[in-house]
Amino acid sequence: MNAVISPDNLDEIEAGIEAQINAAGDEAALESVRVATLGKKGSLSEQMKTLGKMSPEERQVMGPALNGLKARVTEQIAARREALKAAALEAQLVAERIDVTLDPRQTGIGRGRIHPISQVWDELSAIFADLGFRIAEGPDIETDDFNFTKLNFPEGHPARDMHDTFFLPEREDGTRRLLRTHTSPVQIRTMLKDKPPIRIIAPGRTYRCDSDQTHTPMFHQVEGLVVDKESHVGHLKWVLTEFCRAFFEVEDASMRFRPSFFPFTEPSYEVDIRCRRSKDGIELGVGDDWLEILGSGMVHPNVLANCGLDPDVYQGFAWGMGIDRIAMLKYGMPDLRDLFEGDSRWLTHYGFAPLDRPSLAGGLSR
Amino acid sequence: MKFTLSWLKDHLETDASLETIIDQLTAIGLEVEGVEDRAAALAPFRIARVLTADQHPNADRLRVLTVDPGDGSKVQVVCGAPNARAGLVGVFAAPGTHVPGTGVDLAVGSIRGVESHGMMLSEREMGLSDEHDGIVDLPQDAPVGTPYVAWADVGDPVVEIGVTPNRADCLGIRGIARDLAAAGLGTLKPLTVADFAVDGSAAPAVTIDAPDLCPAFGLRLIEGVANGASPEWMQRRLRSIGLRPINALVDVTNYLTYDVGRPLHVFDADKVSGDLVVRRGAGEEFEALDGRFYKVTDAMCVIADSNGVESLAGIMGGEASGSSEATTRVLVESALWEPINIARTGRTLGIHSDARHRFERGVDPAFMLPGLDYATAMILSMCGGKAGPVTVAGTVPDAKRTIAFPPAEVMRLSGLEVDEAKQAEVLDRLGFTVDTSASPWAVTTPSWRADVEGKADLVEEIVRIVGIDDVEPTPLVRTDPVAPKVLTTLQQRVATVRRALATQGMTEAVTWSFVSHEDAVAFGGGSQALRLANPIAEALSDMRPSLLAGLVRAVTRNVNRGHPDLALFEVGQVFAGDEPADQTTQAAGVRQGRNTAAGVGRHWDGDETADAFDAKADILAALTAIGGPADRCEITRDAPAYYHPGRSGTLRLGPNVLGHFGELHPAVLAGMDAPERLVAFELTLEKVPEPRRNATKKPNFSASDLMPVRRDFAFLVSEDIDARAITKAARGARKDLVSDVAVFDVYRGTGVPEGQKSVAVEATLQPSGKTLTDDDIEKVSADIIAAVAKATGATLRA
Repeated sequence: MNAVISPDNLDEIEAGIEAQINAAGDEAALESVRVATLGKKGSLSEQMKTLGKMSPEERQVMGPALNGLKARVTEQIAARREALKAAALEAQLVAERIDVTLDPRQTGIGRGRIHPISQVWDELSAIFADLGFRIAEGPDIETDDFNFTKLNFPEGHPARDMHDTFFLPEREDGTRRLLRTHTSPVQIRTMLKDKPPIRIIAPGRTYRCDSDQTHTPMFHQVEGLVVDKESHVGHLKWVLTEFCRAFFEVEDASMRFRPSFFPFTEPSYEVDIRCRRSKDGIELGVGDDWLEILGSGMVHPNVLANCGLDPDVYQGFAWGMGIDRIAMLKYGMPDLRDLFEGDSRWLTHYGFAPLDRPSLAGGLSR
Repeated sequence: MKFTLSWLKDHLETDASLETIIDQLTAIGLEVEGVEDRAAALAPFRIARVLTADQHPNADRLRVLTVDPGDGSKVQVVCGAPNARAGLVGVFAAPGTHVPGTGVDLAVGSIRGVESHGMMLSEREMGLSDEHDGIVDLPQDAPVGTPYVAWADVGDPVVEIGVTPNRADCLGIRGIARDLAAAGLGTLKPLTVADFAVDGSAAPAVTIDAPDLCPAFGLRLIEGVANGASPEWMQRRLRSIGLRPINALVDVTNYLTYDVGRPLHVFDADKVSGDLVVRRGAGEEFEALDGRFYKVTDAMCVIADSNGVESLAGIMGGEASGSSEATTRVLVESALWEPINIARTGRTLGIHSDARHRFERGVDPAFMLPGLDYATAMILSMCGGKAGPVTVAGTVPDAKRTIAFPPAEVMRLSGLEVDEAKQAEVLDRLGFTVDTSASPWAVTTPSWRADVEGKADLVEEIVRIVGIDDVEPTPLVRTDPVAPKVLTTLQQRVATVRRALATQGMTEAVTWSFVSHEDAVAFGGGSQALRLANPIAEALSDMRPSLLAGLVRAVTRNVNRGHPDLALFEVGQVFAGDEPADQTTQAAGVRQGRNTAAGVGRHWDGDETADAFDAKADILAALTAIGGPADRCEITRDAPAYYHPGRSGTLRLGPNVLGHFGELHPAVLAGMDAPERLVAFELTLEKVPEPRRNATKKPNFSASDLMPVRRDFAFLVSEDIDARAITKAARGARKDLVSDVAVFDVYRGTGVPEGQKSVAVEATLQPSGKTLTDDDIEKVSADIIAAVAKATGATLRA
């Protein structure tokens, strides 16, 4: 190969190098060709060194010829390298094939579920936070005083009976605690602790000795309380109408207030929402039937007085409803008892996605 | 409370339609629960005559009738009634009609091979009574072909309303009429009691030995009565509201119970011996009119004679002295009873009677004696006889009270503007006496409204009659210029931790707050103070000490249903005692089978059964989500006894126990018939400290420009050395340089001596001043090896 290059064999030599470049099957072989020609001791590099010893005439001919040859070889090698790279990548891509129909590892986000009661709890928080309410809570184990007496339940009221209320064993002082039968004791605790104006909702677990198709011994209630110096039945109506419209996500949350009776409110009202009943269930906000959804009223003067508030100065309203019940209504769950069964199939079906956190900004139930 | 429209109109002069009346009742707080318009339901049924009745060829108990429905046709009907016979005049239902009592739409059918074109009806099939012993058997002169409902006058619509416990006055139809009249639907008719002569003998003497249970007692003897069936109109009304006519004397007491809300009792005077005494029970057995025996204790009030207990006061009369068709001398009782005692007695004995229902809510005391006269007049008109004078024991209390009432109170509490004249008019129509000359007004309640105690009650009366619909919804004005913090830290945590555990792939359950005593004991509770005195079931007897009992039970139920790979959690209250502070909030979870944060069920690339580390990941995820300092927590090996002692840990922060995690104890699981290996965790949210810094103020950000260097070390240590001891020692070797130490491999087997393990860690060295030289790195490596060796006895693995 290291034949002396002359203008006569220049083409021949170039053809030989080009053949070697084209014959290189991979980048390593191509590199060998490059080293053999353009490397420090490569054939072309060696020839370039001979230019110095040439006569000016000779150099004038051979100089441009050799430089031209070197440039062309360099270019050819570069081009061949690109081609080889592309071919190698092509081969790699052909080889690297996976079965994309196989299941990936799952993350929890797709599987986890939030219980409908918790979801509704969060919905309630979102709605009432917007209306300027705080969330208050109290203990499940209550005193007779907070659960009944301060709420104006007379002695001998049937709710105070062991048929209706769960009691704990008698204590040393002769009193007995009970499991709260409603969330209303939170009203009492709040009024005793905070000064008006008061605006709270109190969601929580409640208990009654009842177990059948539509009753469970444990259930969930949410209570609302507003106490200040001016709130009246008109405000009560507004709050409940706003709530129903937001919660049930219906345009027409027509409501019917019916005079009723509760020991801790006076006047008292039961509240119905417009509905249509059919074999497919209950549809709210349409039709001309009514469905009772909550009890409400102006806080009874005795209750205010029992909490140290002068009923001639302070006034307000309260309401209470079953969280389980409104959850069942809103999301079409037919049987109350399923809520506490822990059946993973039911929970997966009726539960909510982990990050489906209700907000007024994003729409309560999307 | 049921009544018929015609009965209501005995007391209410009105031309309002049934529909208007129904709407108004609900609007004023007497919620209509049902309306039965029989005229419509019974319209298709006609009076018909049975022409022939022959034995069915294929059935002993059936007959084949030929019926003349009055239109000239002859219809073949198969009938199973024992009284079906030729000549009977009854009620015929043609094919295509709906039978209200059975809910069946009739069609032409074949019964045992014989065609039947309709049926002859019983009273029950028409929804008129429970009578179903045979088909209706009408008088021979009943006009065949005429609609039955018109002829029998049973088309009176029946209305049922719900009466709230405060409105005892509306447990009488007259009270309902008064409310409707006040609401503008007509006028209340005066109650007229026919005059009668008092010329008979006196009743026996009555002594009240229990004046706290019986304020007053009235008794009258009527002699020479001819007891028998009460008039047809009375029987029809009683049947319409679901009562069974018995005889005239009893029917009158039942009738007045509903008509004016005044329960009465009648004794057969010939079966009463000596004087009467109202006293407490003395433990006697007593047979009541329902044929059952009751033991009357000294907590109950009875009426007794020299034979013993004759009546359970205010609740139910006795069998021995009850009236019958043979009764000729009758004692009529009208009394007042202490409501709470009546309620308690009725509940204890399980007797629900119309009398109890009214007495426990409070009857009108002022009507005690007028009611007795009303009953007397009715009995005399139906049964004849001579009425004696009334014997009265005790005193009828004055139930009226006067309330100082500023009319502005209506606006203050309801937001409804009602002019003063209207307010006074409403109160007047409801029976209140209003002195508008006084300031504030002096409003005196009628004797039948013991429920009205103060100003707020009067506001309710006025607003419900004027119309609650007139109250305009009024927006609530915000009181806080800036939105207050709506949720407490704990509430925020509860909401967040739920979402965090769900993103771990767990499903939220809500389980009972009470568990069985055995389960409570198994999970560290079961104290006497938290056992319910009256649990509804044995499995729901103790307040739960941990959420795990309920979750393990739920997991087990799911596994038994064929769903073995589960991850359930709950966030809720647990109880360590009966004080409010003893109630804390836990987040807890249970995993079973192939269910980890990385997936459920088998996976083609390898799958894992949930183990203690999945539970640890869950508790740390929960802790981190609510801002808990996971990096500052210590893990100790002292989880409660219901965990596997070797495969569980306790998460601590300083002296505080935040929670536990690990496998549950096999013996506990076996005791619950639960799957063999469950992993679980419990985190007590209150124990997680509140963040110290204000969330809006973070420390300044600083990051080194120098590259960190990582070095691996493999240590041989004894099996009983926890990895944490190694990482802690390594980190402590050069606190200024070692920024992190993490275990990346734990190996046992070839090359590692028995009883030892190889723990490989990666130490991250983060220089702060200058780049580390090889010498620096060698030196810190030696420090790490020495520190770990000193702390754990480890040697560097060759």
